[in-house]
Amino acid sequence: MIALQKRARPSQLMGYLAPVIALGITILAGLVLFAALSVPVGAAFHAFFIEPISSLYGLAELGVKAAPLIIIAVALSIGFRAQVWNIGAEGQLILGGIAGSVVALAFYEVEAWYVLPAMMIAGVLGGMSWAAIPALLKTRFGVNEILTSLMLTYVAVLLLSYLVSGPMRDPDGFNFPESRLFHDAATLPKILSGTRLHIGALVALALVVAGWVLLSRTLLGFALRVNGAAPKAGSHAGFNQSRLVWVALLLGGGAAGLAGLLEVAGPIGQLLPTISPGYGFTAIIVAFLGRLHPVGVLFAGLVMALSYLGGESAQITLNLPLAVTGVFQGMLLFFLLATDVLINYSIVWRARRVA
Amino acid sequence: MPPTSSQNTDASALVALHNISKAYPGVLANDAVNLVLEAGSIHALLGENGAGKSTLVKILYGLLAPDTGTIHWQGQQVSITEPNVARQLGIAMVFQHFSLFDSLNVLENIALGMGVKADDTLARRIVEVSERYGLPLDPQRSVYTLSVGARQRIEIVRCLLQDPKLLIMDEPTSVLTPQEVGDLFETLNVLAEDGMAILYISHKLEEIRTLCSAATILRGGRVVAAADPRQESVASLAALMMGDELPPSSMRKPHKGTARVFEVAELNVLAPDANTVGLRDINLHVSAGEILGIAGVAGNGQDELLQALAGERISDEAVPIKLDGRPLGKLDAGARRRRSLCCVPEERLGHAAVPSLSLTENVFLTGHHRRDLRTFGLISYGRSKRFAQDVIDQFNVQCQGPEALASSLSGGNLQKFIVGREIMQAPRVLVISQPTWGVDAGAAAAIHKAIVELAAQGSAVLLISQDLDELMQATDRIGALCAGRLSDFYLTRDVTVQQVGLLMGGEALAGAHDGVVA
Repeated sequence: MIALQKRARPSQLMGYLAPVIALGITILAGLVLFAALSVPVGAAFHAFFIEPISSLYGLAELGVKAAPLIIIAVALSIGFRAQVWNIGAEGQLILGGIAGSVVALAFYEVEAWYVLPAMMIAGVLGGMSWAAIPALLKTRFGVNEILTSLMLTYVAVLLLSYLVSGPMRDPDGFNFPESRLFHDAATLPKILSGTRLHIGALVALALVVAGWVLLSRTLLGFALRVNGAAPKAGSHAGFNQSRLVWVALLLGGGAAGLAGLLEVAGPIGQLLPTISPGYGFTAIIVAFLGRLHPVGVLFAGLVMALSYLGGESAQITLNLPLAVTGVFQGMLLFFLLATDVLINYSIVWRARRVA
Repeated sequence: MPPTSSQNTDASALVALHNISKAYPGVLANDAVNLVLEAGSIHALLGENGAGKSTLVKILYGLLAPDTGTIHWQGQQVSITEPNVARQLGIAMVFQHFSLFDSLNVLENIALGMGVKADDTLARRIVEVSERYGLPLDPQRSVYTLSVGARQRIEIVRCLLQDPKLLIMDEPTSVLTPQEVGDLFETLNVLAEDGMAILYISHKLEEIRTLCSAATILRGGRVVAAADPRQESVASLAALMMGDELPPSSMRKPHKGTARVFEVAELNVLAPDANTVGLRDINLHVSAGEILGIAGVAGNGQDELLQALAGERISDEAVPIKLDGRPLGKLDAGARRRRSLCCVPEERLGHAAVPSLSLTENVFLTGHHRRDLRTFGLISYGRSKRFAQDVIDQFNVQCQGPEALASSLSGGNLQKFIVGREIMQAPRVLVISQPTWGVDAGAAAAIHKAIVELAAQGSAVLLISQDLDELMQATDRIGALCAGRLSDFYLTRDVTVQQVGLLMGGEALAGAHDGVVA
């Protein structure tokens, strides 16, 4: 009989191994799923995991998808460490995209170096403003930030669709719900010619380092960790809990806003009714898969980016629905939560006890 | 000494435990323990924290299975596999922590615990039992309106309704005022006269001498002695209980009041919800070199007082709290630490220390305000680690070094570490709550010594405690907190334990006003 036995102390090894095991089980379960759909398993595996990254262009695309995931997930993990559950990064991303686009369109045809930095600042502030609403409600009235941040996402989606079909619609765009294409000075420089890889990838790497330093070396990061692990100890040490809630939410909102701006100013190049394939939600999975650690998030972001590319590739070569991506992401989170049991418990074989 | 024959034939023995052993990873909690209880006697199980009392009692009550050993009940060998079996045999237990529903009334709580209907028959039986044994209880009263002593009476009545032959009481007096203790003892004596066996677990020696007719003394999981406590002195019992490491208990020399270092005037704190106590008109002052004691039964506002003084809850006005004349009521905990006010809260894990962080990180937690533990704003793990190592060395903390997690330390060692962390920051004022709660005698002596030494260096110490022995020994002046109000303060050498008991119950000391130190 299989039984779970509580470990004397949480296993550090399992902390690192659980995501790897979860990934392995996800791949296995995915292949079983393909087999059940009568899709040749070998071809499916190749289409999903190998083909997308077997060319330079594919690797660059991996970076394009991973950058927003990593940028958001690094900031979210800092908040999650403090037990501040910002689930609305998707909405904050959209607001960042909108705010950045407003600047881009306001400076339309202005050829100046300051346009892009101004857009970035606007993007960050846009995301922060959206995250400030749950922060205010939480610290003032004790409203659960999970609900408010999530619900604001749907408000953001509607706001975006109103703007692109109304005030921000391209005047020469035949009534399509899109903004003008951004001018050259308002689009991100590429870092690899012939691909779509833009400086957002460098921003992501920089944020991984910054997040790591913040969490492990600064008083603020320490305060956030203490607040998450033992709030009473935090107030005993003199950390202001409301302030930490604000910091956690504004960090997450700012990063999501920046990611949104990088999308509209990078691969998209204009404001569309949909500017993200759910990066804000997927980043939550990335944060947990990466063990809420910036370096872990870097790897987890690449894995999840692959699930987007694999889904597209499976759609093209095998005629599978794009929903495969969502299925894989869901299974990965599911198995990760399951294997996390192994951190605190070990599996033992136990002979049935004779009563 | 307890009998060693495995077939106990002594007719008067109600229960006989023979050769009971129980090992946990790394520790032998019970090592071939023998214990014989007789009907009609109050038998003390005496030992320090960690001596194995709880383990033995849990085995007897069916909560733990022994590794080896036998239990005979009225001469028959029995296997007590779960508490239900114990209850069917006639064993009842009153736990240290009550399991009562605040929002239900007495009758409903008792009915729930027994699995019967809360009807008039049960109510009549409750009144019957409570009158017979002097345990006043109104079946219709809601539990949240009752004092701790009354709540304990519910638990006792609940046990008595099952007509037990053996009643186990786990540290029953730790939450009671001296007056309530007296009432409880009368009840227990009546029960024993009725022929019930009572196993009384405690480490309070004076109580055991007045109450118990037999005592089994455990040390390190072994029975080290069986004694008649009425024939022993407190000192001889203590020597048996603690071996050779008996701490010298010395009264403090009268302290000559000098400059007032710490003053609290008209401090009021509103209770934010029904589970906390509001503080009203708190007035106190502590001089340099003085140790001021605040007694009180748990839940009378101790935690709230500590949080208000520490700055975990900030007052609306700055004036009520002053250190060296400077108001600091509006400052947060960090700012108060920088002004040289350090605190040790009662709860070690989760309040004073973060369980999942290392000792190095836990010294940084409160140490970074007063010690230089950062370089260019970034945490210096090197210096934090050295500070942690200093605390470990100075306070003889048993652990696997500065990288050990706080949760991996035993209660006593973690407490030494936390007290050491604050004292080594050389605070001008130290507010310390329940410093030796659940701590073994050796660690308690070390902590007391450190507090006394801190005061000797000119710091002002405010000691909040439920342990009257500790307060009577270590403080210069003493008062009590009752329902969020402070009593007057008296010179400790001028008052008796009974008088402090009255203060704890919220009564003023009639005729003792000449002793008041305003």
